[in-house]
Amino acid sequence: MSQKAIKLLGGSRPVDKNSAITVSIVVALFAVIEVLKGTGHISNLLSGLLVPICMYITLAVSLNLVVGILGELSLGHAGFMCVGAYASALFSLVTKEAIPMTWLRFLLAFLIGGAVAAVFGLLIGIPVLRLKGDYLAIVTLAFGEIIKNLVTILHLGVDKHGLHFSTESVAALRLAEDGRILIKGALGITGVPKSSTFEIGFVIVMITLLVSLNLVRSAKGRAIMAIRDNRIAAESVGINITTYKLFVFSLSAFFAGLAGVLYSHNLATLTANTNNFGYNMSISILLLVVLGGVGSIRGSVIAAIILTALPELLRGLSDYRMLIYSILLIVIMLFNASPKLVALRERVSPKNLIKRKKAQKEVQANV
Amino acid sequence: MFNDPNDGSRLVPYPSGALVPERDLGKTPILEVRHLGIDFGGLTAVDDFSLTIGRTEIAGLIGPNGAGKTTVFNLLTNVYQPTRGDILLDGYSTAGKTTAQVNRMGIARTFQNIRLFDKMSVIDNVKVGLNSSTKESFLACMTHLFGYRKAEKLAQEEAMRLLDFMHMTDVAYDEAGSLPYGAQRRLEIVRALATKPGILLLDEPAAGMNPSETAELMENIRKIRDTFQIAVMLIEHDMNLVMGICEGICVLNYGKVIAKGAPEDIKSNPVVIEAYLGKKKEA
Repeated sequence: MSQKAIKLLGGSRPVDKNSAITVSIVVALFAVIEVLKGTGHISNLLSGLLVPICMYITLAVSLNLVVGILGELSLGHAGFMCVGAYASALFSLVTKEAIPMTWLRFLLAFLIGGAVAAVFGLLIGIPVLRLKGDYLAIVTLAFGEIIKNLVTILHLGVDKHGLHFSTESVAALRLAEDGRILIKGALGITGVPKSSTFEIGFVIVMITLLVSLNLVRSAKGRAIMAIRDNRIAAESVGINITTYKLFVFSLSAFFAGLAGVLYSHNLATLTANTNNFGYNMSISILLLVVLGGVGSIRGSVIAAIILTALPELLRGLSDYRMLIYSILLIVIMLFNASPKLVALRERVSPKNLIKRKKAQKEVQANV
Repeated sequence: MFNDPNDGSRLVPYPSGALVPERDLGKTPILEVRHLGIDFGGLTAVDDFSLTIGRTEIAGLIGPNGAGKTTVFNLLTNVYQPTRGDILLDGYSTAGKTTAQVNRMGIARTFQNIRLFDKMSVIDNVKVGLNSSTKESFLACMTHLFGYRKAEKLAQEEAMRLLDFMHMTDVAYDEAGSLPYGAQRRLEIVRALATKPGILLLDEPAAGMNPSETAELMENIRKIRDTFQIAVMLIEHDMNLVMGICEGICVLNYGKVIAKGAPEDIKSNPVVIEAYLGKKKEA
């Protein structure tokens, strides 16, 4: 075996460094914000954004697993978030008295929210993942809408006879005197404990990030990317495509469910509408993934932070806010995707500057 | 150029009449195809295709363009489900299996139009091939615990060994799609070998190669057979390569086998010459 090969065998792989950088960025940002919070240097506006930013990072990273790593376009990501949000909110509401320990209740809420979303991901994935490309996108969009609309008409109450369902009205539940209404259709769920904090959000982000980064650098991750790059070749080397697709789809749904739990425990009233669980949300998440770079997990994190904070930070511009926001989106997109700008960026990147200097030195040494 | 008859490469008949190299005679053939056929609508693409390949045989599948050679490969790997006939791999039928399952049973292949995982590194392409033998659970992959490190180390070593076998360690961390054409073809072979097959199907491995690259390829194919003790079946238009390394040759025309036998016999077979060059005009 050649000398170089032996060195490579023992040496660290460049990909490892990449994940470490991504994780360091997130941890450093968290530390900075914690310090600012501790010293009271954070505005009300920004502190209100911290949990949503964690939620959006989780959503963007998890959608990137499907879009960037598996290579399938899903437009129903908000649907899974919705399932996670409602399942966990319901759980927290019911067990508010039964489990007095907030941390335990919240931990269970996360597990339940994530698990229910993952099961939905699996159930929807089985029929849907036979489709490819545009067809898959349209069907996932439809599933997302179905979930949102079902939740909007769902009424749920509980009394001594057990659970009561209705899709019409609270009256149709026919609850006994002592009955308690849990979900009030379009009015949603009220009284969910506001347990979400920035610290918990950070933990959820870290879990999502570490699992995603680990997965990409593993045997299964390589198999998943192989399916993305060439399905026929992947099959020819013994990869069972359905298993991997379903796995990624439900893992992604699991994380979306966790984001939903963060969301539902950050509000006084949980309702479902187009902006939080509908296609608007799904497209917003996809926007984060595309702007951050499809397949780049670090990109998703950065895009989620910037694009969540941006509209709020631009609030001072009042009427021009959305105009500026849209222009910024276009500029970021051009910066990321225009071939000339990409070339320019690569020319001036510190990594390449060092490389070029090294090469120059070598040339000089050889002369 | 021909194989040395003393190394056991001389074709001898099985009791069934199928020809295999002498040294493979006592063992179950790795591949036994009986009366295989497939129809696409009303069109019969392959019909009554029967072939037996010995454990360590290098077999050639030749024929004019459109004869159905790649279709045979697709049938053997269950990309198409055959309309008729049986395929026995190491004595087991592959009927009803998926392409992935057939690969795990022991057939690996390369493609006429190269199909690599372009955006992944060369070594990762090989590791994908190792995938089904890597003992990494989904949990290990997500946490990088539970035996992840050990499995990754094994995969890394195994992939490097395979790359070294084909002299590709220098480009191990390059993007597969950026490799030159010949190297891409070699990488496809390494990836196929990584799945630990009993038989390797090569679809036009020398296409687009210059004579020196072809000569190297011939060496490599022999080396693969000798080192891994597996059978190789190849589709090829380069007659120097086919006649140089194949022990048994099967000629296909219009989806039907028109001749089978050792290279010398195929070369002088009038039916084969007619299929390739057309009928001699009566003077």
